[in-house]
Amino acid sequence: MLAVRNLSISFRMYSAGLRQHEITPITGLDLEVRAGELVGIVGASGSGKSLLAHAILGILPANARTAGEIYFKETLLTPDRQKRLRGKEIALIPQSVGFLDPLMRVGQQVRRAAYLSGANGSAEAAQRQVFRRYGLRDEDAERYPFQVSGGMARRVLVSTAAVGQAALIIADEPTPGLHPAVVAETLGHLRQLADEGRAVLLITHDIGAALTVADRIAVFYAGTTVEVAPAADFQAGGQALRHPYTQALWRALPQNQFVPIAGSQPPPDQLPAGCLFAPRCPHVSAACRAARPELRLIRGGWVRCIHVEG
Amino acid sequence: MLKAEGLSFRYTPNSGWVFQNITFELRPGEIVGLSGPSGCGKTTLGKVLAGYISPTKGRLSLDDRPLPRRGYCPVQLIFQHPELAINTRWRMSQVLEESFSPPLDLLRALGIENGWLKRWPHELSGGELQRFAVARALAPGTRYLIADEITTMLDAITQAQIWQVILEQARRRNLGVLVISHEAPLLERVCGRVIELKQ
Repeated sequence: MLAVRNLSISFRMYSAGLRQHEITPITGLDLEVRAGELVGIVGASGSGKSLLAHAILGILPANARTAGEIYFKETLLTPDRQKRLRGKEIALIPQSVGFLDPLMRVGQQVRRAAYLSGANGSAEAAQRQVFRRYGLRDEDAERYPFQVSGGMARRVLVSTAAVGQAALIIADEPTPGLHPAVVAETLGHLRQLADEGRAVLLITHDIGAALTVADRIAVFYAGTTVEVAPAADFQAGGQALRHPYTQALWRALPQNQFVPIAGSQPPPDQLPAGCLFAPRCPHVSAACRAARPELRLIRGGWVRCIHVEG
Repeated sequence: MLKAEGLSFRYTPNSGWVFQNITFELRPGEIVGLSGPSGCGKTTLGKVLAGYISPTKGRLSLDDRPLPRRGYCPVQLIFQHPELAINTRWRMSQVLEESFSPPLDLLRALGIENGWLKRWPHELSGGELQRFAVARALAPGTRYLIADEITTMLDAITQAQIWQVILEQARRRNLGVLVISHEAPLLERVCGRVIELKQ
């Protein structure tokens, strides 16, 4: 459904006065999502998760330059095609209620999404149906965003994406700061959308949440894909995981060892020449510092590390 | 001891109660969790405990006295969104020094790099800013910390880094810490006991 190949994104920035410089927050990003599959994208803030979503939707700012390819349904996603498909075949579930129009009743917003995405039948019937599906009452449609609770707002946001026929749904951090019951419910809705045959991308920094519903987990670090692993590999001491960063992330969870590694992710203007994780890696060698490792298929998962063996 | 006795809060006499009749104690060196559904008043309670706002009813005391109204507050609140709690027109060094000049080993432990001190807040990520927010809340005058969902927006490694520092400081300096969070595994890991707030 979606294939991202060797994607890079650079921004031209003004440093002082009219002097410009370029930063490259995403380099060598690869990802694949199949129909019926839910892929979680995890990583620290600044690892390129949201930028990827914006690149797929074609809503990067004007000073951005991309290289590499994004394919949707086996065809290259060009800016023209992105414009035609977003909101119809590709839908976004945004982060918070702040993305709803504060001056429009929530039912109206879902009907508008239904209309724009070319849903079958009338927009109103589609909205009623999707509201019923997510346990919202008919009269809830008359409320304004400020009149709905955090949990209801989540259901409205999921409704805007589910009401159409989108084949690819991107959920960008849909759960932070929510009560566990609301988190579980929202994630369950995403899982259902995947089970209907859609492809779902769940962007989150919460690896524990992603693991409850994802088929595979893609781990981003400093703008690159360091590993793509089946969700089942995240268990016990993390021995089944391939990349040292993924293992560190797993071990740092409070339900695991809660042990951090030192240092922090390098900013885009200070990327190391070789492996991006080399400065914090316990297994670093001269070869790691010399060149960026290629993505390799090891034990049914993808990893960007020269030390992993099959 | 930080003591809340029958604390209640509402914004105006006509509005509903944000929370009502909350009583608990936080002793030095004690790490206590606070959880409850969204909208039950956890964040507002945090602001009352740190002296940002006064309770409508009830009494808040620190060692049987009201919180000092001048100078450095011994109860320090750390917010969920550091980007909203840091002066956007100050460089990061000034953000820190408003509170104190943290020793180098504290900055190292929090993963704060020297180069960040010259930066403006908008040039750093949420995780990087939150490390500063924690550092400045750990000035020598601090005796209690109110940590309001401080690592909710952060990845697991940054979360563990920040909590290891707070736990170590709490042990060494006998600080009392109130951990406001939705995340059960975190509360279970760091807290001695957990208070449940109801809607």
